[in-house]
Amino acid sequence: MSARRVAEQVLDPELPVLTLADLGVLRDVQEVDGKVTVTITPTYSGCPALDEMRADLKESLTEAGYTDVDVRTVLHPAWTTDWISEDGLRKLSDHGIAPPQRIGPRTVGPIPLNLEPPTRRVACPRCGSHRTTELSRFGSTACKALRRCEDCREPFEQIKEL
Amino acid sequence: MDNAYDGLVEDGSEERHWAFGTGFTEALTGVDRAVPPLVDHDDLAAYCLMLGDDALVLAQRLAEWCSRAPELEEDVALANIALDLLGQARMLLTRAAEVEGVGRDEDELAYLRDEREFRNVRLAEIDCGPGPGGDFGTTIARLLVFSSWRLALFQRLTGSLDPVLSAAAAKGVKELAYHRDHAAQWVLRLAGGTEYSRERIVAGLALVWAYTEELYVTHPVEAALADAGVGVDPAALRAEVDDVLDTVLRAAGLDRPEVRQVAALAGQAGRDGVHTEAMGYLLAELQHVARSMPGAHW
Repeated sequence: MSARRVAEQVLDPELPVLTLADLGVLRDVQEVDGKVTVTITPTYSGCPALDEMRADLKESLTEAGYTDVDVRTVLHPAWTTDWISEDGLRKLSDHGIAPPQRIGPRTVGPIPLNLEPPTRRVACPRCGSHRTTELSRFGSTACKALRRCEDCREPFEQIKEL
Repeated sequence: MDNAYDGLVEDGSEERHWAFGTGFTEALTGVDRAVPPLVDHDDLAAYCLMLGDDALVLAQRLAEWCSRAPELEEDVALANIALDLLGQARMLLTRAAEVEGVGRDEDELAYLRDEREFRNVRLAEIDCGPGPGGDFGTTIARLLVFSSWRLALFQRLTGSLDPVLSAAAAKGVKELAYHRDHAAQWVLRLAGGTEYSRERIVAGLALVWAYTEELYVTHPVEAALADAGVGVDPAALRAEVDDVLDTVLRAAGLDRPEVRQVAALAGQAGRDGVHTEAMGYLLAELQHVARSMPGAHW
């Protein structure tokens, strides 16, 4: 299997329903004369999973026979949730996690102050109802918020747009 | 199992768990790290320390709330915000260490520097609770001021000629934007809640406002790097930050606090390594394990 194919199949340590490729943190895989260089990018500045990802990539590639592996980090351009693949969004939803909406490029100028909780409608990943409310903007990991469905009454997690 | 920690290490595993620090010191592996030409290395290292220390010290303050916030969701929120700031601090301290070039790393800078070597603004270090120094309202007031100021700074820093500063700023901007929103929404909630909650946010804002003037004082290092297109002159941030803070205060029906500013000491303040009494206690807690058990792991 090509080094790229191996790297693409490594799972995210915190969202193991997604591969690093689905999540969009896998930026590049280069294979030159048996040496593999993988480039990844952190989701958040303090993402504690980055070192896990590095170790998992090295391990998977080593098992596949690639012994000379270098995993590099790039910060630029900064990751956004728009980098999660269509496949990734679907997998999140199937797994009971509300996927982020596409946000597109940010407009220039000072970032507007937001004094209201987000009003956008988030569909419940279990029953599909749009009658859901935010319980907490900060969830179990930096990238998730906690919501509840008013129809099926189940709480669920949502990947925040970043 | 005799020792609770034994279960954390897999049998036969060489893996060591860190007792402090991160166990990995390469926050910037693979990032373009060329120092732009004509930039003084000592200045750049000092500047990275300033911005890194702001984040590290406030991360420590926010982490103090973990398990002590008024509600569980807020424990998680403040810890998450602290983690973002810690991530920003790691990149900046790593950059400071490598540019300084005397063989220190981010952990040494965080854990083994003395108070006079810390370059953070005093707003980050003052005790805003959960202890007797303040309360949740004070902490929210500080977070509002700090994140509004740092967001304005980081937005400009995305244009830095230093590749690490510009990349770290671009990541940080998105995080600081929701830190600021979170604090602003709490200011509204506290101001519009009960008479008592309003009293607390008014008192909190008054307390932290005494440290706002320092945010706009230009240190010679900041001036030199702003000239070189690498840093940001904080004096240029005032209008934008004032505008944001006024918008929040107006929406909350609060007046801008009129308080006397805490003076610098013989012209020196946080950016020069001159800190408040609270800083020694903060560092004692932050650095204790690393200093009493150097290199500890389990």
